[in-house]
Amino acid sequence: MKKEMSAAAKKKRLQHLLIHAGLILVSAAFVYPLLRIFSVSLRPGDKLFSMDLSIIPAGATLISYSKLLKDTMFLHWLWNSLLITLATSFIGVSLASTAAYSFSRFRFPGKKAGMILLLSSQMIPAGMLILPLFLMIMKLKLMNTYLGMIIAYSVSSLPFSIWILKGYYDTIPRSLEEAALVDGTSQVGAFWRIILPLSTPALSIAFLFNFTTAWNEYLVARVVLFSAKQYTWTLGLFELQGQFITQWGMFAAGSMLVTIPVLCVFLYSSKWLISGLTLGSVKG
Amino acid sequence: MATVQFKHIVKKFGDNLVLNGVDVDIKDHEFVVIVGPSGCGKTTLLRMLAGLEEVTDGEIFIDNLLVNELHPSKREIAMVFQDYALYPHMTVEENMNFALRLRKMPKAEIGARVTEAANILQLNKFLKRMPKQLSGGQRQRVAIGRAIVRKPKVFLFDEPLSNLDAKLREEMRVEIAKLYQRLNATIIYVTHDQVEAMTLAGRIVIMNHGIVQQVGSPIEVYRKPCNLFVAGFIGSPTMNFLTGRLSSADGVSVFSNESVTLPIPAFVLPQKEALEGREVVLGVRPDDVLVEHPGGEKLSCKMDGVLEVCELLGHRENLYLKVSGQRLLATVEAFFNRSPGSAVSLCFNYQNMHVFDKATGQRISE
Repeated sequence: MKKEMSAAAKKKRLQHLLIHAGLILVSAAFVYPLLRIFSVSLRPGDKLFSMDLSIIPAGATLISYSKLLKDTMFLHWLWNSLLITLATSFIGVSLASTAAYSFSRFRFPGKKAGMILLLSSQMIPAGMLILPLFLMIMKLKLMNTYLGMIIAYSVSSLPFSIWILKGYYDTIPRSLEEAALVDGTSQVGAFWRIILPLSTPALSIAFLFNFTTAWNEYLVARVVLFSAKQYTWTLGLFELQGQFITQWGMFAAGSMLVTIPVLCVFLYSSKWLISGLTLGSVKG
Repeated sequence: MATVQFKHIVKKFGDNLVLNGVDVDIKDHEFVVIVGPSGCGKTTLLRMLAGLEEVTDGEIFIDNLLVNELHPSKREIAMVFQDYALYPHMTVEENMNFALRLRKMPKAEIGARVTEAANILQLNKFLKRMPKQLSGGQRQRVAIGRAIVRKPKVFLFDEPLSNLDAKLREEMRVEIAKLYQRLNATIIYVTHDQVEAMTLAGRIVIMNHGIVQQVGSPIEVYRKPCNLFVAGFIGSPTMNFLTGRLSSADGVSVFSNESVTLPIPAFVLPQKEALEGREVVLGVRPDDVLVEHPGGEKLSCKMDGVLEVCELLGHRENLYLKVSGQRLLATVEAFFNRSPGSAVSLCFNYQNMHVFDKATGQRISE
């Protein structure tokens, strides 16, 4: 018996070991490029290639960071990106949360077709949407504006957000809203006071999706924005790439700095990503 | 408190007719239980009164006010849901005072009402807890508390005990009965459990297939079921039914089928109803099947049967009998002390005999 148990324990330990080894390998694959970029950002001069494998290179300096912040419009580009991204995320989540509520709770003609249409719009490659978006924004006379970017980003991430939120709303018992209606709220009040507070995990995911999509987007920005003053950081960083020389140090420093806002949003959102919010509401 | 009237209520979901002309008048301070099998339309009727379902046709009045188009929040009703429907992100206290906060009631008044309800329902200890930290019975008490603090015109209960275990259900049934005595409110209570209906109701509305079958006090519907459905639905164990024909012999109505031949006294079936050859169903409750106990009192006009199975329930015993091919259930005092296969003598208590027309299912006996 004792022998059997120890064999089972050994097997379990081996399983744990293999799982952890796998996880460490995957983590390393993700972290390594980041460390290399960090290393490049600290190198004196614009040396991209080096035989030195240490993370902190010999003669490490913050000169690239300093030059990036002082000699370029990087902070301005970062601000542009932040403005567009936050506006996109809030507008996108607001529109998606109300649209998803309608899809989840009300019966109306074209409901099923609408959901399929939203899903199928996600199958179209992003590149194919560039031309229609360009034409739409041009006709709206919103070229080279923040608003043009916000509209383009909001609409393109709506379908996914609606699907995520609709799926979540479907799991919230209807009797909660009905109880709220009987208690004295309107339909909008029931949505605001009951459904939204219970949907924070799904809302957080939708917000993060909107945020990261808009923050890292390059193609649409390239088409819509054409003056350096309006650039987002993705366009701005490419300004550092010349025909004959690329300022790799500054490029890497910029790449490191743009991860900070995303990291902050992720860390802040994680507290909303809690499961089991509806526990205890109805008979389980 | 208030009166409630359902006038010729019709409800359709697409082509599916769920309620077909329901007419019920509920008096002020009355405890009415709507009972029926699953899918009979009882919950739909309650939800229509609450404003959670649209009325296809007909009118609903609360305190003589037509409420068909009135939003649920304006109807001055409170509802206790089958699955509790507590707001999971609010504490017990917040759940209970939610409706009062919406009405912007003064804080002192809100506090007083919540404390009063918590005292009644013994929830004082749990006011700061979240719903997930409570047991099923406590959650249901919170749901009831949420209704009480509102002081509504009408309380609606939608199968509030169906999710609780048998012991807790019994306890909560008593709690609800006490609550009614204390609040003296108009209560409409939906259940499929006839024990709840019989024990709680001032009046019972029995429904089947979207139609009201009978409205009456518990004892009325038990003693004088108006049709075969009510006779079979109310009472546990269910009534024995014997199908046969009526005939008359020497001025007395006689019921007969392949198994039994029984004279029917005139006080059960007036002569005018005893049409020659009419097909009828005779109904006898298990309590009214009298079985001759060994060494006990001798019965008159007895039938001979065979005991098939005994079920001891504690102070009572169910006897499954066979009388010439006809199966009957008798409920007698424990302990009958006869083994299965034994011959037994039995007769019916004619005082409580029911006769129904087989074709229409309607009661024809007195």
